Amino acid sequence: MAYLKMAGITKYFPGVVANSSVDFEVEEGEIHALVGENGAGKSTLMKILYGMEKSDAGEIFLHGQPVTITNPQAAIKLGIDMVHQHFELVPSLTVAENVTLGYEPRRGPFVDRQTMVERVRRLSEQFGLQVDPGARVSSLSVGAQQRVEILKLLYRDARLLILDEPSAVLTPQEVDDLFEVLRRLVAEGRTAIFITHKLREVMAICHRATVLRAGRVIGTVRVTETQPETIAQMMVGRDLEMPRRQTSHATPDRPRLIVCDVHAADDRGLPALRGISFAVNAGEIAGLAGVEGNGQTELIQTLVGLRFPERGDLVLDGRTITRERNRTRREHGLAVIPEDRNHQGLSLPSALSENLIATRYQGAPFSRWGVLVPGEIRRFAQRAIRDFDVRVRGPNVAVKTLSGGNAQKVVIARELAQPPAVLIAAQPTRGLDVGATQFVHNELLRLREQQTAILLISADLDELLALSDRLLVIFEGALVGELDRSQATRERLGLLMAGRAGEAAPA
Amino acid sequence: MDIVSLLDATLRISAPLILVGMAGLLSYQVGLINIALEGMMLSGAFAAVVFGYELGSTWLGVLMAIVVGAALGALFALAVITLRANLIVAGLALNFLATGGTAYLMDILYNQSGTLAPEGLRKLPAVTIPLLEDIPVLGEMLSGHSPLVYVSWVMVPLTSIFLYRMVVGGHIRAVGEHPEAAQTAGISVQGMQYLALILGGMLCGLAGAHLSVGDLPLFRERMTNDRGFIALAAVYFAAARPRLTAVACLLFGFFEALQFRLQLRDTALPNEFLQMLPYLMVVIALVVISVRKEWRKGW
Repeated sequence: MAYLKMAGITKYFPGVVANSSVDFEVEEGEIHALVGENGAGKSTLMKILYGMEKSDAGEIFLHGQPVTITNPQAAIKLGIDMVHQHFELVPSLTVAENVTLGYEPRRGPFVDRQTMVERVRRLSEQFGLQVDPGARVSSLSVGAQQRVEILKLLYRDARLLILDEPSAVLTPQEVDDLFEVLRRLVAEGRTAIFITHKLREVMAICHRATVLRAGRVIGTVRVTETQPETIAQMMVGRDLEMPRRQTSHATPDRPRLIVCDVHAADDRGLPALRGISFAVNAGEIAGLAGVEGNGQTELIQTLVGLRFPERGDLVLDGRTITRERNRTRREHGLAVIPEDRNHQGLSLPSALSENLIATRYQGAPFSRWGVLVPGEIRRFAQRAIRDFDVRVRGPNVAVKTLSGGNAQKVVIARELAQPPAVLIAAQPTRGLDVGATQFVHNELLRLREQQTAILLISADLDELLALSDRLLVIFEGALVGELDRSQATRERLGLLMAGRAGEAAPA
Repeated sequence: MDIVSLLDATLRISAPLILVGMAGLLSYQVGLINIALEGMMLSGAFAAVVFGYELGSTWLGVLMAIVVGAALGALFALAVITLRANLIVAGLALNFLATGGTAYLMDILYNQSGTLAPEGLRKLPAVTIPLLEDIPVLGEMLSGHSPLVYVSWVMVPLTSIFLYRMVVGGHIRAVGEHPEAAQTAGISVQGMQYLALILGGMLCGLAGAHLSVGDLPLFRERMTNDRGFIALAAVYFAAARPRLTAVACLLFGFFEALQFRLQLRDTALPNEFLQMLPYLMVVIALVVISVRKEWRKGW
C-alpha cells in the first residue's frame, strides 16, 4: 500500500484548470520527484497536500486511511511539512527561534533559551545541517537559510518532506550538500517529495519521478530505468529545442557598453559591487552567471540608474552616463528587461497601451504640450500587439489580466520598439513556458544581429550557455571569471559561481 | 536656571509618553500602526476621574481607566482585525469618539463643560522613597513623584522581557514581521494582534490616569494634547525598541519642560516658537534617522 495517495485531485482557478484528476502516489522512504514546467500544476498539487489550497475534487490517503487537510497545522500534525520556495523565516529572529517557532521549549511562560539552542544544535549535528543556532536569520546566506527551513521541519518531526524547487537558489556545490542531507533523511525512513524542473537533479537523487503537464499527470517513471531525454519529452510534449546560435556578429573593437571599476553599496550600506569592469561589444550577447544575491541586482540597478556607484564609470556609446538619470540613459539608447516583471517591468493595474508608452510619453508623438494623444497611443499599441504577437483582446486591457508570457511580451515590445544600443536583459524568461521562452530567445538573437550590445543576466545556466557569446561570472560583487563560449562548461561555471576560481582553471 | 527642577519636570512630563510609547510599540511589533493611542488615553483620563469620584477611591479610578483602555483596545481590534476596517480610518474614528464622547458624558453626567474637577476627588499620593529622598539633588529629582511615574519606568524593562523573553512575545514579533511564517508555525495571527492591541489599550488607560489624577485631580477636554502621536513618533524614532523608545520620550519630555521654563523667562523668542520646540526636535530627529537610512541608496 502506498504511503501517500492523492486520487482524482482537481483544482480550478478563474479561467484555468491547475490540476485535472491528478493521481499521485508516494512510497515510504523514497525521494519522489515531481517535475514539470512552470505552470504545470506542481505547486498547486503540493499546496493542496499541505492544506494551503482546497481542492475542488479528489481525496488524500495516508497509509490507506482517508485524511482531510484543511490547513498547514493539520498537515504538520500528520507529519507532512513543506519547505517553500520563498522561505517562511522571520529575518530578525535567530536560527533557533525560527526553528522552534510555535513549538518553543518553555519554562513557565518564558522561553527556555538554553534547551532551545541545545536541541537545535543537536538536530543540526545529527543531520549534518551546519548552521549556528544563535545567528540571526537575516545574516545568513540563502543556502544556510534553507538549512534552517529543513531543520524546522525536522524539529516538528516531519515524516514526509515537501521541497519546492530547493536547488533554485543554491550553488552547484550547495546542491551536493543538500542531496547528502536528503539521502540521510530517507536512510532513516523519512520520505521526500522533490519539486523541480532540473532533470540532472532528478537523475542524481530521486527514485521515481511523476511528470505533470498542463495540470495532468503524464506518467510516473522509475529513474534508474529511464533516460533523462524521456522525462524531458514527457514534460514538454516535444523535443526540447534550444536556439541554435548563429556565427558571431560581434564587432570586437566597438564596445557599446563599458563598465569601469564600479563600486556600489547595497541597501544596508554594505559593499555589493567591488570593482566591476567589463565591456559589451556591438552584436554580442555577454552572459552574466552567478548565484542570486552576489551583486547582480545591484549591478542591474547601477546600469539602469536606480543606484549610483560610489566609484567607477559607465560609458554608453562613448558617452559617460555614470551620474545620468534613467530617462537620459534611455534617450541615449539603453533598454532594460527588468528582473521583476510584475513590480519593475510593468504597472499591473494600468492598461497595456499605457505600459507600452511608459518610457516615451514625454514628447511627440504621444503627447503635445503635456497632453496625451490617444489616437497615436492606440495606433502604437496596436502595432506592438501585432508585431510582438501579444495575445490580448485590445490595447486597453489591464496588464494584470495577462499570463506571464504575454506580460513579458509587453515589456519586450516596449523596450525593443526601437532597436536599442544596449539591452540589459535580466532573467528574461523566468516563469515563462516553452513557447514564450523561445520567443524571447529569438528576439535577443534578432537584436544581436542588429548590432545591439546585450548583457544577459540569468539564473538558468542552459539559457546562458545557449545564447551567450561570452560568459562573465560574478561572485560576492566581483567578476571572478570571463570565459569564451567555447571554453565554458557547466562544471567550470559551477566552480566559478561557488567562488572556487582556482579549481576552475583549465587543466 | 534650576537644573534639578528642570529634570524633575522632565520625568513627570515623560511618564505618560513612556506608557503610551510602550503601547504604540506593542502594536508596531505586531505589525499594526495604532493612531488610536490618543483616544484610548483620553478615555482613560476621563474614566479615572469619573470612577475615582463615584467609587470614592482614586486607585479604583486608575483600575477602571485600565479596564476602559482594554475595552477600547478590544473594540479597535474588532474593527480593524475581524471587521477589516481601514487602520487609519478606524483609528481616526476612535479618536473622534473619545474627544466627543468624553465631552458629551461630562455634560450629561455632571452638567459641566471644559473642565471636570469633582469635589473630594484626591490625586494619587506622591511616593517618597526612603533613603533616596535624603540624598541631595538625586533625591529631589527621583523621589516624591506620582506613583504612575515609577510604574512607567518599570514598564520599560517589563515590555522588553515580555517581547524578548516570553513565548507569547516572540509570537507577537513573528506575526508582525512575517505573518505567513507565524501562521504555518501554528500561531494565531489574529489572536496575537488582539492581544497586542488590548495590552496597548491598558497602557494607554494607565497613561491617561496619570494625566488626570496623577498631578491635579481633574479632567479637561482634549487634555491629552496629541501625546499619543508624539509617543508614536518616539516608537518610530526607536524602531520599536523599548529602551530607545523610552529615551525618545524622555527627550521630548526634556524639551517640553525646557520650553515651559523659557516661557517664564523673558527671552526674545515668541512663546509660540518655544511651544514649537519639542515638536521641532521630534521632526529633526525623525528626519536625521531616515536620512541616515536612505542616503547610501542613491536616488
